[in-house]
Amino acid sequence: MVEIKNLHKSFGKVNVLQGIDLAIDEPGIIAILGPNGSGKTTLIKSILGMVIPQKGDILIDGKHILGEWNYRNEISYMPQIANFPQNLRVQELINMIKNLRAETTLDQALIQQFGLEPFLDKKLGNLSGGTRQKVNIVLTFMFDSPLIILDEPTTGLDPVALIYLKELIRREKERGKTILVTTHIMNLVEEIADKVVFLLDGNIYFNGTVAALEEQTGQSDLERAIAEILRNK
Amino acid sequence: MLKILKYSFFDLMRSRWSYIYFFFYLILGYVLFFLNNDVSKAVITLLNIIIVLTPLIGTIFGVMYYYSSREFTELLLSQPLKRSTIFIGQYLGVALSLSLSLVIGLGIPFVAYGVMRSGAIWDFTSLLVTGSFLTFIFVALAYNIALSFNDKIKGFGFAILMWLFMAVVYDGIIMLLMMKYQDYPLDKFALGAMMFNPIDLSRVLILLKLDISALLGYTGAVFQQFFGTSMGMVISMAVLSLWVLIPVWRIRRVAGKKDF
Repeated sequence: MVEIKNLHKSFGKVNVLQGIDLAIDEPGIIAILGPNGSGKTTLIKSILGMVIPQKGDILIDGKHILGEWNYRNEISYMPQIANFPQNLRVQELINMIKNLRAETTLDQALIQQFGLEPFLDKKLGNLSGGTRQKVNIVLTFMFDSPLIILDEPTTGLDPVALIYLKELIRREKERGKTILVTTHIMNLVEEIADKVVFLLDGNIYFNGTVAALEEQTGQSDLERAIAEILRNK
Repeated sequence: MLKILKYSFFDLMRSRWSYIYFFFYLILGYVLFFLNNDVSKAVITLLNIIIVLTPLIGTIFGVMYYYSSREFTELLLSQPLKRSTIFIGQYLGVALSLSLSLVIGLGIPFVAYGVMRSGAIWDFTSLLVTGSFLTFIFVALAYNIALSFNDKIKGFGFAILMWLFMAVVYDGIIMLLMMKYQDYPLDKFALGAMMFNPIDLSRVLILLKLDISALLGYTGAVFQQFFGTSMGMVISMAVLSLWVLIPVWRIRRVAGKKDF
């Protein structure tokens, strides 16, 4: 599905990605973990074509994607910080993305589930962080894309919305989708992730299941396992 | 691209500043006629205002729109859209809405005062065309500057400096050079210098059209002598088009390589 070969990216003197090799062949939930500044967002943005790598190659479904744009029809992306145009209303934004991308009716159910009806006529600039994140969720999940990329999806969500989000992610997984998630919440990873990719200083330190990572570090839970890696680095 | 253009265009058209800009020209047009009922004289006064103001407003709006729509741009970048589509669409949206404010804002009072029936219709039209050209040029230049600086304050600073340089400093430097080297034949130099400043070029273009040699100035006179009126207009139009095309080409290039 996604194949990353020898990916290099530096911003000025900072080498963020130093030769990432990663292949995601099976559908399921893959958590991309790593300390701050380890290159998680850069990796994701490279897949999306928002960051242009200096070296290396990315293939999605066997097709080279660097410099292409059509492949993004197959990707739903939820950005880390939901920065939307301030003076647009929620409904206008949803309509706009539909207009740019494709018609869909999935948004209605999502709006209802996350209780966004009262906010549809409000300007995005006036919404709270959590509500904006809910809009972000609607925009991401209203399309039926085979690859879903979530960058820190839980930021600012209340417990109810969080449960809905987890349900949503599981449902998409059952429908055979590939879901990439970055997060710092280890409980979430233990709960939903099939595989873990651990980035450290721009390299892949670990790639495998949660259980394998715990075994390798000799720790009983993921949080301790990660802490162990960072201590010994 | 049309969809992006449409969104940017309506986004700007809804903003307060477009109305202010529109009403400014509307009032300016009416005031000019109120003070002075002669259409061709009003055109000359307008020339002096348009030549300084459209570049300034184009620069400020271009930079402002780029920075304030950065979030929108990032959202668009993750959608199945080509990069050049996004940036060129936004650029055209800004430039078109500003040009429209200019053309309609000035058009209403002029039509109301009977420019259609007077001989000044072509002078007036060429004024609007030049004003629109300047808008397209300076929005493109501003977009170039904004794309090159991630820091908003720096981008704004450089854009304003660019305008100041083109509108004021450039002429001063040319004048100084010509005074210093007045013993040498400087015709060709002056001609060349004019090509590198779209504001100078537009001024000469309109004055050629109005056929007022007294206002042409040194460069303008040389220009007229060198090319003749009609050839001069064709050439200045061509150079103005280059002034649009080259920055737009660079927007595409830079936007294609930038990280977001």
